[in-house]
Amino acid sequence: MSAVIIARHARTPAERFKDAAWVGFVALLLGIPMVGLTTVDQGGALTVQTRFGMLGAFVGASFVGRFIFRWIMDQVRNRRAAKPAVAKVDRTPQAIKVIGWAVLGASIALPIAFSENRYVIDTATTVLIYVMLGWGLNVVVGLAGLLDLGYVAFYAVGAYTYALLFSHFGWTFWEALPVAGAMAATFGILLGYPILRLRGDYLAIVTLGFGEIIRVILVNWTELSNGPNGIGSIPRPTLFGLPFDRNPTEGTQSFATFFGLEFSGMHRIIFLYYLILVLALLTNVFVSRLRKLPVGRAWEALREDEIACKAMGMNVTNVKLSAFAIGAMLGGFAGVFFAARQGFISPESFTFTESATILAIVVLGGMGSQLGVVLAALVLVLLPELGRNFSEYRMLLFGTAMVLIMVWKPSGLLASREPTIRLNKATAAGGQS
Amino acid sequence: MAYALQQLINGLTLGAVYGLIAIGYTMVYGIIGMINFAHGDIFMVSAFIAVTAFTLLAAFDITSLPLAITAVLITAIFFTSAYGWAVERMAYRPLRGSTRLAPLISAIGMSIFLQNMVQLTQGARVKPIPPVLEGGIEIWQSGGFTVQISWTQIMIVLVTIVLMVAFTYLITQTAFGRQQRACEQDSTMTALLGINVDRTISATFMLGAALAAVAGVMVTVYYGVVDFFIGFVAGIKAFTAAVLGGIGSLPGAMLGGLIIGLIEAFWAAYLSPEYKDVATFSILILVLMFRPSGLLGRPEVEKV
Repeated sequence: MSAVIIARHARTPAERFKDAAWVGFVALLLGIPMVGLTTVDQGGALTVQTRFGMLGAFVGASFVGRFIFRWIMDQVRNRRAAKPAVAKVDRTPQAIKVIGWAVLGASIALPIAFSENRYVIDTATTVLIYVMLGWGLNVVVGLAGLLDLGYVAFYAVGAYTYALLFSHFGWTFWEALPVAGAMAATFGILLGYPILRLRGDYLAIVTLGFGEIIRVILVNWTELSNGPNGIGSIPRPTLFGLPFDRNPTEGTQSFATFFGLEFSGMHRIIFLYYLILVLALLTNVFVSRLRKLPVGRAWEALREDEIACKAMGMNVTNVKLSAFAIGAMLGGFAGVFFAARQGFISPESFTFTESATILAIVVLGGMGSQLGVVLAALVLVLLPELGRNFSEYRMLLFGTAMVLIMVWKPSGLLASREPTIRLNKATAAGGQS
Repeated sequence: MAYALQQLINGLTLGAVYGLIAIGYTMVYGIIGMINFAHGDIFMVSAFIAVTAFTLLAAFDITSLPLAITAVLITAIFFTSAYGWAVERMAYRPLRGSTRLAPLISAIGMSIFLQNMVQLTQGARVKPIPPVLEGGIEIWQSGGFTVQISWTQIMIVLVTIVLMVAFTYLITQTAFGRQQRACEQDSTMTALLGINVDRTISATFMLGAALAAVAGVMVTVYYGVVDFFIGFVAGIKAFTAAVLGGIGSLPGAMLGGLIIGLIEAFWAAYLSPEYKDVATFSILILVLMFRPSGLLGRPEVEKV
């Protein structure tokens, strides 16, 4: 069945040809029903349309692509085999530290460099939202090892809490932020409690179901959430009470008048950018401090071996619930920011694809790696953004990128799983293997 | 009463379809321990193939119903199995032996890819086909309400029963079934005994895809409309069914499918159609609280 040859010896041209021909044949099989044929609506009835030219191009491209790809792969392998193996000094931890500071510097400098380019800063803000969500989910998935496919539910809870607190009680962003975090954490515990006994993939489907439940409720409970129409005109956050309006109401000052600047719409965009940057950095510091506390150690122990944890007398229930609650709280904070930035939220923004994207960011980045999350968020947000000129391809590109990165680097882009604690050098060297 | 009976019939039909898809999830989970998120989209691909095939047959004036349905089934099974094979080969096989989450992410990516590929090549609009099989039998009449089983429903239930019998035979009685179950228990040992594990896994994916293909054709005939998003919802429901029945257990998948179908039908009929998904997932959570490995699943033995 499988004629794709993976041989170690030098490949003959005939073998290469056979291999590429097999790929071309598979492409033909896959292409006939999808590329070669399509149905179009003509006068109320469907008729079949053939696109043999496109099919031919697709098969040809697969054939040639495979041929060249294998050839390059072989060249790379030969070159690698020719070189004597040099004992590599692992400089990854230092390198990561340097890159981390560089990325931080770049993100602080970005609005200064692009102070007139709204598109760049908007996109960077989106990246940072995903970074923050990724760091939040990292607590649940990367540290505690609990697979959560419904993380977007907490994001939604945060966003809707702010929107509702504003529209019913007129709360501002800063007042609503802690309440929304607490609300999301409560939901985290509510979800976590009944499913503590579940593990692995059972947990995955239940969390996925929970995400869907929240979304369906938001769509259908119109008295609460205004249904699919969403909630609009959510106010933007202020800087210590200074709004970013063009015309402040009588007797109050806006950011521009207070500092004696000329009003510019960019002020708010840049402020939002720095706000999410600060929120994300706080998340990062918070999580990395937690990792050094007993509760963080407990999470990682739980990820490695639940039975051993129980045997050591740990309260597994509390450890899991705390991971759920803290992860959910961080998601809730990100949700509040999202609502404030968009000014409008609807259930549309909280679909499963969003959960999948956040999870993909955590896993693609290399589980548990903070910088990896930044890298993965950059790739996954920017890649579809590059294809925005032909927007119908962006999700196709997104899916392809997810598969390719995973196949290329199965343990994530930055996959150095450093133990947070070492007993002493000797045991560490022995236990690393 | 008549109304309830009608809902029972509808629920069982829907459940049979979910069950067919759920078997694909449960088999793949059993053999390589991953959630094949792209399975729902494989089902969607097969529904599109069915639409094309039905339209082609109509264009060639083939009107004999049994012939048309058989031809469409064979076409759909053939091409969909090719998709099942290719997805496994491209997205999952390179990840064998890596972390547990890697294939999951690549499966989600594959699912997004398939959805958008179909949307691009086949169009984003809903595809309606003319009714294939019309009419039915009126089995009971009471108080002005007629209980009716349509021919399509009879066909779906019959096809499902036949497939289940054939499938059980295949898994329990044949050499391939033995190999498949052996891989499920211990793939290293199976490889040592001279079984081609990769080939068995590929065959498992193709079988799962074939069952999804049948489900796709049935859904196309039953509802008469297809769009590129049906895979997601059906996939989640079928996966829920597989977990409810106990993931890894074949009768469990069918049982789970039937339960989910019945819950949906009755909830939508008597309580509120908007919240039928909430009901499904709530019942899943409730069942898992008391039986963490599903209704028919074997409890995991933890070895230290």
